[in-house]
Amino acid sequence: MGFCLEISGEFACFTRPEMKVERVSYDVITPSAARAIFEAILWKPAIQWHITRIEVLNPIKWMNLRRNEVESIISARTAQTAMKNGSGHLGIYVDEERQQRASLLLKDVRYRLHGEFTMTEKAGPQDSAAKFADMFRRRAEKGQCFNQPYLGCREFTCDFALVDGDTANPDPINDTRDLGFMLYDLDYSNPASPTPLFFRAHIENGSLDVPARHSPEVRG
Amino acid sequence: MSLNNRYEFVFLFDVKDGNPNGDPDAGNLPRIDAETGQGLVTDVCLKRKIRNYVGMVKEETPPFEIYIKEKAVLNRSNLRAYEALELKHESKKLPKKEEDAKRITQWMCQNFFDIRTFGAVMSTEVNTGQVRGPIQMNFARSIDPVVSAEHSITRMAVTTEKEAEQQGGDNRTMGRKFTIPYGLYRCHGYVSANLAGQTGFSEEDLELFWDALINMLDHDRSASRGEMSPCALYVFKHESALGNAPARKLFELIEIHKVSDGPARDFRDYEVTVHRDRLPKGIELTALLD
Repeated sequence: MGFCLEISGEFACFTRPEMKVERVSYDVITPSAARAIFEAILWKPAIQWHITRIEVLNPIKWMNLRRNEVESIISARTAQTAMKNGSGHLGIYVDEERQQRASLLLKDVRYRLHGEFTMTEKAGPQDSAAKFADMFRRRAEKGQCFNQPYLGCREFTCDFALVDGDTANPDPINDTRDLGFMLYDLDYSNPASPTPLFFRAHIENGSLDVPARHSPEVRG
Repeated sequence: MSLNNRYEFVFLFDVKDGNPNGDPDAGNLPRIDAETGQGLVTDVCLKRKIRNYVGMVKEETPPFEIYIKEKAVLNRSNLRAYEALELKHESKKLPKKEEDAKRITQWMCQNFFDIRTFGAVMSTEVNTGQVRGPIQMNFARSIDPVVSAEHSITRMAVTTEKEAEQQGGDNRTMGRKFTIPYGLYRCHGYVSANLAGQTGFSEEDLELFWDALINMLDHDRSASRGEMSPCALYVFKHESALGNAPARKLFELIEIHKVSDGPARDFRDYEVTVHRDRLPKGIELTALLD
């Protein structure tokens, strides 16, 4: 079942995994971030979303932003000790554990995302593709969502609208280039250690065709 | 009792002769969108103030403790007592590691307001310790371009003996401070009822959150901030948990225009128009501050 969404947002950061300390975004949305937008509207264990095409509707623009961030994450062990003992020291003091990190963000983005879902083995006997397609259509038309979808980071929310078959306006930007290797998605088949998958991304006249998950173009 | 409704909110605040959010990349000048000249305040800057406010009014006690603390709020040597969760018997049953991690995450959500509101990343070997909070906030942006002014200031003392010697006992140093004369900022936020269910964020928490937005600026006074005040808080409540209208359509109902001539220097230089007549079905609009 295929659907098309037009999404737009003021900022976006689709962080390149090789530059995630001082974040640098990819030039365009990654298939995995696009998948998460569909999932924010509807997802059940019975279905899986695949992105087929990404159309870039706004010129690619950048902005630099530096923020104070904390350098540590919650230690599960400390939390466990505090739980057991009934007392303990928890909490992070931001002044002492501070990092200033820059992010190179995308500005003023607009995409048309083409995605489709397939049924997974977790689908029950009552589940049918038609049922989920109806649900998705209903939600997307009304602006309903599980949580507000976002562009790479949660502070960069996006608006979404369902695009009906023929109303694909405006045209994508007039840009053809090789974007190099780009994150495709994470392979969660071993949940303990998800492995990243990559593909060679080309935009042709502003449109990026996303290969299928098991095609030879997608490399782990 | 977790939430049954999705919400969106528009929060307006202003600053007079102050720096609402310094940019570390620009020598602490107020953050500015270089293309439009509008001022920016990051989401994390506002979340910091919410945390500080909640930490203050709830005196850092569970279930309203604050995980990401600012040093000034609390003395590090304070050890806090926790209500012990009877895990001992459980652990003898050798629960699976993953379940254990889930229990920790849950326990953290129950005790810490900021974790169940904004989410948190917990480091475990088992990859289950991440929670997404129900509240998402965007950057706040000023309605009009802001102009930042640089002020040189003097200090009638020096820090080191060496400096004093260099100045021959004059002991004066100069510093700089940046302010914007006036800026009215608008921030958009989202509350997902579904994610609230996952972290146990309750109606009571939501009330506290609104309370924090309205009052936090009154407890964040400092030399650099100038006069920052909340101006308005509009809350859109959807009838259903998934929502009844696109967020954008709701934000468009709050329009802000400058009504005076010349540069704005006060909230009264702006007029806020709320298009209640265009409110979509299933949406309730409440002005918690107007």
